[in-house]
Amino acid sequence: MKVRALIAGALLLTAGCASAPPATSQPDPRTVTVFAAASLKDTFTELGKRFETDHPGVTVTFNFAGSSDLAQQIVNGAPADVFAAASDATMKTVTDASLTTAAPTIFATNVLQIATVPGNPKGIAAFADLAKPGLKVVVCAPQVPCGAAAEKIEKATGVTLTPVSEEPDVKSTLGKVASGDADAGLVYVTDVAAAKDTVQGVPFPDAAQATTNYPIAVVKNAPQAELAASFQQLVTGEDGKKVLGAAGFGTT
Amino acid sequence: MTRSRSHTHETGVALPALLWVPAGFAFALIALPVVGLAVRADWLRLPELLLSTSALDALRLSLETAAISTTLCILLGGPLATVLARGRLGGLRLLRSVVLLPLVLPPVVGGLALLFLLGRTGLLGRGIDVWFGVTIPFTTAAVVLAQTFVALPFLVVSMEGALRTAGQRYEAVAATLGASPSYAFRRVTVPLVLPGLASGAVLAFARCLGEFGATIAFAGSLQGTTRTLPLLVYLERESDVDAAVALSLLLVVVAVVVIAVARPRGVEGLR
Repeated sequence: MKVRALIAGALLLTAGCASAPPATSQPDPRTVTVFAAASLKDTFTELGKRFETDHPGVTVTFNFAGSSDLAQQIVNGAPADVFAAASDATMKTVTDASLTTAAPTIFATNVLQIATVPGNPKGIAAFADLAKPGLKVVVCAPQVPCGAAAEKIEKATGVTLTPVSEEPDVKSTLGKVASGDADAGLVYVTDVAAAKDTVQGVPFPDAAQATTNYPIAVVKNAPQAELAASFQQLVTGEDGKKVLGAAGFGTT
Repeated sequence: MTRSRSHTHETGVALPALLWVPAGFAFALIALPVVGLAVRADWLRLPELLLSTSALDALRLSLETAAISTTLCILLGGPLATVLARGRLGGLRLLRSVVLLPLVLPPVVGGLALLFLLGRTGLLGRGIDVWFGVTIPFTTAAVVLAQTFVALPFLVVSMEGALRTAGQRYEAVAATLGASPSYAFRRVTVPLVLPGLASGAVLAFARCLGEFGATIAFAGSLQGTTRTLPLLVYLERESDVDAAVALSLLLVVVAVVVIAVARPRGVEGLR
């Protein structure tokens, strides 16, 4: 008797908690897992919260890391629902393994910007200024997307940089400028925006020579395929554009 | 061979059979990932991947910096271990805890700490830049500093243990025979703890060779100047996993060579 009363009470309690949404076919809490490039951390966290508000009972969990690491994880069977990459090349790793349900959609673009120490004491105004002797410049290594973009701009402009370091990711490039150990670095415009006052951004027109695409796709055999598709819609829709645009991404 | 066999006969204590099971798992945990690496390797492309200029530069830089750092560890860590083991000074215990810090800290934290001390805007780095016009980050010297920082405790701990085991009886005898402290240290203490010093040096060299976090945070990554083998592995796996695997195997080979060369005198010398 006591046990039965307890169970009844528990049922009542759960019913009370879940009373907000109308009874759906899947009453149990669901989790949609999003693998997203590290540079999307702030914007996707915000969009994730919005998604949870719009879909009561749904939790969005993120795995933010370098795109190539994430692609490797998905190819090796990680349980992802959505994959948002910071370059076409890393998304290709996943599409080549036929692990997306449809062709990826480009939802944002990013361009490089020069980051200098606050106040720009060396007076860097153009890309060519980075080649001045005595200037300590850091870039990403050509193996990673931000470094590939920097290399492309060097080729397009004919300006050859002699960096003091080629960092393995854009955050460590930014960090070397923010700490004051480098005079300038080449990072994404969104990184400068996210770094607030620790660095100063110097836009340059040649940056448009190397635009980086951000593709998104639903992963094949996603545990929550339906939710994954709605999350992709949120990102590519008006709400997504607004949030991404505010962070400095290009959305057209 | 004969000596070690007679040694077994002397003790003659059998091992509990149950020990073999966890011991086997422990061995598998260490050995099997290396097997995984070897199986994943693209053996046909291996020579080409290992003979690229970037790989050869990284190998040369790794061996050179690890050798310099290990020498620094011996020159600085040896005396420090002696002071810790034999010194009569208040607060030695606290000093010892500080010396062990690099063992406990994540290396990247060590690198950041070095940056905030010796970076261009760091505590000492600012002065060094203003007075001497020298900046340390992004130089090979920064790689050596980072490696010495993380490897020093290995040498100190190993040698301090050897000093404590050896005791001070022989030095005391040497003193009664008229040897000065520095003479007794050179002719009695140093030969006594040489095996401990050697095993510490091997451990320190191995630690230097594998150093990654402190180096990337403090020294950066540039081919031929600061990009050691672990940094190149981390970078290559972004674009060419085969190259990363090949370089990893190279590191394994170097590590095995280090252990093999040092084994007789170093690692087993403490017994």
